[in-house]
Amino acid sequence: MDGLAGQFYGFCRQRELRFQRCTACGAWRHVPRELCAACGSWAWEWARSSGRGTVFTWTVAVRAMHPAFQEAVPYAAVVVEMEEGVRILSTVTDCPPGELAIGMPVAVAFDDVTPEVTLPTFRRGRKE
Amino acid sequence: MRDRACIVGIGETRYCRAPGSGMSQLGLNLQAATRAIEDAGLRPRDIDGIMPFPNLGSAEELAASLGVQELRFAATLNMGGAAPVASLRVAAAAVTSGLATHVLLPTGWNGYSGRRARETLVTDPTNIPGGAIARDYYIPHGLVAPPQWYALIARRHMHEFGTKPEQLGAIAVAMRKHAQLNPNAVMRGKPLTLEDYLGSPMITAPYRLFDCCLETDGGAALVVTTSERARDLGRRPVFVSGVGAAQPYPADDIATRPDIFATGLTIAAPEAFAMAGVTPADVDFAEIYDCFTFEVLQQLEEAGFCGRGEGGAFVEGGRIELGGALPVNTHGGLLSEAHVCGMSHIVEAVKQLRGDAGERQVADAEIGVVTGWGDFGDGSIAVLRR
Repeated sequence: MDGLAGQFYGFCRQRELRFQRCTACGAWRHVPRELCAACGSWAWEWARSSGRGTVFTWTVAVRAMHPAFQEAVPYAAVVVEMEEGVRILSTVTDCPPGELAIGMPVAVAFDDVTPEVTLPTFRRGRKE
Repeated sequence: MRDRACIVGIGETRYCRAPGSGMSQLGLNLQAATRAIEDAGLRPRDIDGIMPFPNLGSAEELAASLGVQELRFAATLNMGGAAPVASLRVAAAAVTSGLATHVLLPTGWNGYSGRRARETLVTDPTNIPGGAIARDYYIPHGLVAPPQWYALIARRHMHEFGTKPEQLGAIAVAMRKHAQLNPNAVMRGKPLTLEDYLGSPMITAPYRLFDCCLETDGGAALVVTTSERARDLGRRPVFVSGVGAAQPYPADDIATRPDIFATGLTIAAPEAFAMAGVTPADVDFAEIYDCFTFEVLQQLEEAGFCGRGEGGAFVEGGRIELGGALPVNTHGGLLSEAHVCGMSHIVEAVKQLRGDAGERQVADAEIGVVTGWGDFGDGSIAVLRR
């Protein structure tokens, strides 16, 4: 993975959740973009997130839609709204799908899914 | 552009599942196309514009196969299931501005016997405009296919507005009832009750099996020309009274969208109604792109048939069934007729406005609406009148 996505996941390997923040107007953004959609500035930094957020919405995948996920079902894909205001699509790994609720506090954790790839995931109400 | 372009020809193949169409994807496109051209009273060589559905055909091979020798206008709009209605808008603009005279809108695919739609994103993320974001930020977390993307919106709608599974079920039941009156509907002869719906297996919560559209083989096509030329052709013309198409913001990402209920239709619908000079209350029937039940409810809201959050109550009590205040998907839709990429929704609207819809005819239908929904919420809408 290269480009901005590569940088985002590079921080995850270091167990840091960072989002872009515009250094002109201060707006946070995710997913990564080349310039600030709020003010048009090309100036930005990778700013550290608090790692805390709440569940915005989710779906529970019961039927695998691709053979790669046959072993994983049922699992929930969750949209988390972060304290910084950005949202991120992820999973909450310590919560059975039936216990998920909109507004539930969650905190980022990191899962090394392969030696090269670390995904940002979430746990209920605490920070790693 | 009000009433300056017309749909003058419609064509469909047989719609089916097992054992499959027995035809190639190109063959389905061509069979639907030749039927639409014949229905219009034209010859293939009269066609000089072609707008193929994204990823399902090229204007070059279609023109070569049909014998279209003077292809002046060829374009594909990358809006997924919103493409047919959005293409109708561009075709209307093309014929009224003189870029082309007779524009063909074909589609066709083996969605059952060929590669399944639900696997296409993972197989090739470039299939849709938001594919790069899905590849990098969705698929690693197991969000791989359209029902999963849209279920995120449905869940949030249930939270904010109290929308209930029974209300999504009312949509599935209505589409299935209508399919019983359609000889080409795959689900004809297979009635569905609300109990059947609620008892069907969960696919991606809150979507059950019967919230999800069919995967079928088939093709459908239209021919568009100016209203002046339409008067000289054999069929009763159907006028493109108002038409709009737009993208949600951002169009390449659902999860981070500031207003998760807004779609391209939110922008396009007021423009289409204003162009036509009518309001949703004037509409006799609506063919709403029904990839999943909730998307019908959401589009009824965003198109202005009811307010945001009121869709659940709107679809109850038979209001969207034939005989109700606003019959929706009189052919059975993607849920119970077949998945023909939204093109069959336009074909059905033309049949209704010609008075050719047989047992499922909406009495005295004068104004019909057709919508399209594609990718991460691209939207399109046409207000058609006889």
